Amino acid sequence: MSLLDYFRTSKTSSASLAKERLQILVAYERSSNNQPPYLPQLQQELLIVIQKYVNVNSDAMTIKLEQSDNQETLELNIVLPDFRRV
Amino acid sequence: MARIIVVTSGKGGVGKTTTSAAISMGLAKKGHKTVVIDFDVGLRNLDLIMGCERRVVYDIINVINGEASLNQALIKDKNCNLLSILPASQTRNKDALTQEGVGKILEELSKEFKYIVCDSPAGIEQGAHLAMYFADDAFIVTNPEVSSVRDSDRILGLLSSKSQRAEKNEEPIKEYLILTRYAPERVKSGEMLSLDDVQDILSLDLLGVIPESKSVLTASNSGNPVILDEKSDAGQAYSDIVARYLGETRPHRFIDGKKGLFRKLFGGG
Repeated sequence: MSLLDYFRTSKTSSASLAKERLQILVAYERSSNNQPPYLPQLQQELLIVIQKYVNVNSDAMTIKLEQSDNQETLELNIVLPDFRRV
Repeated sequence: MARIIVVTSGKGGVGKTTTSAAISMGLAKKGHKTVVIDFDVGLRNLDLIMGCERRVVYDIINVINGEASLNQALIKDKNCNLLSILPASQTRNKDALTQEGVGKILEELSKEFKYIVCDSPAGIEQGAHLAMYFADDAFIVTNPEVSSVRDSDRILGLLSSKSQRAEKNEEPIKEYLILTRYAPERVKSGEMLSLDDVQDILSLDLLGVIPESKSVLTASNSGNPVILDEKSDAGQAYSDIVARYLGETRPHRFIDGKKGLFRKLFGGG
């Protein structure tokens, strides 16, 4: 879009609203569709290993694979219970 | 070897069958032996758009099940003898298509034809999956409308993960955009997503923009692919698309809505 067009069309036009909504939605859907299919199983198996040592329940763990331009990050987040009680 | 083109979109009603009919006719008119296959089992319509609905005897499912030979099922087009149509079955459901069966048909057709155009059904079920699975090129038909752009993006994801080329780690399917039902005046007044808006999201090779046109309905009424209506804007836009796909450079038209003097005076298209 040229600079001129930016001034010509009002910011609240329905097309620009459509574009904004689409950009947000598509970005979200791309990231969730790009998750490798093994992720849920990986989470299950990791949980079993961790539960051998620490008493955590399944909803205390989240797993996420993030892709940026040149690297992939596997993010594992486990909320441990209070240690003194284990 | 033939080149296999899938015409797909995810969303229904955006112009897949109109596009399949037009480009297959265009390729054949340019002298290339072409076959167009309807993958919409249970809801076939390509035969109607091509005007051969009364000549359908056997269909793709009959061929897969060995009830008819490929040559018995293929229908020669009435306008162009280089074009054949393989209709879908109207009485079965989409699960009657098998990957093995479709693979065999495409392999056999590859020996005889230069281009194989696969008209995908809407959705992402078996019919749509098999229409795209063996493709070399994908024509993504999109309307400048939120749900269509979203579905196209979803289809792009499937093309890059669920196709034979993806599974075999071969060179990916070439993806092209065909933006249909475009109304430049509405874009100008901010009521419709522009080509640039759509490309900001999909960023594909643009094959062409098809303007919203009365001639598309007229063409389907009479069962002649719109590309045969050489006077119409949509027909010309499809001719441009075929030429560009075959490697010609043609400037893009129908994007800014300027009408020629002739059109202004006499209307039309």
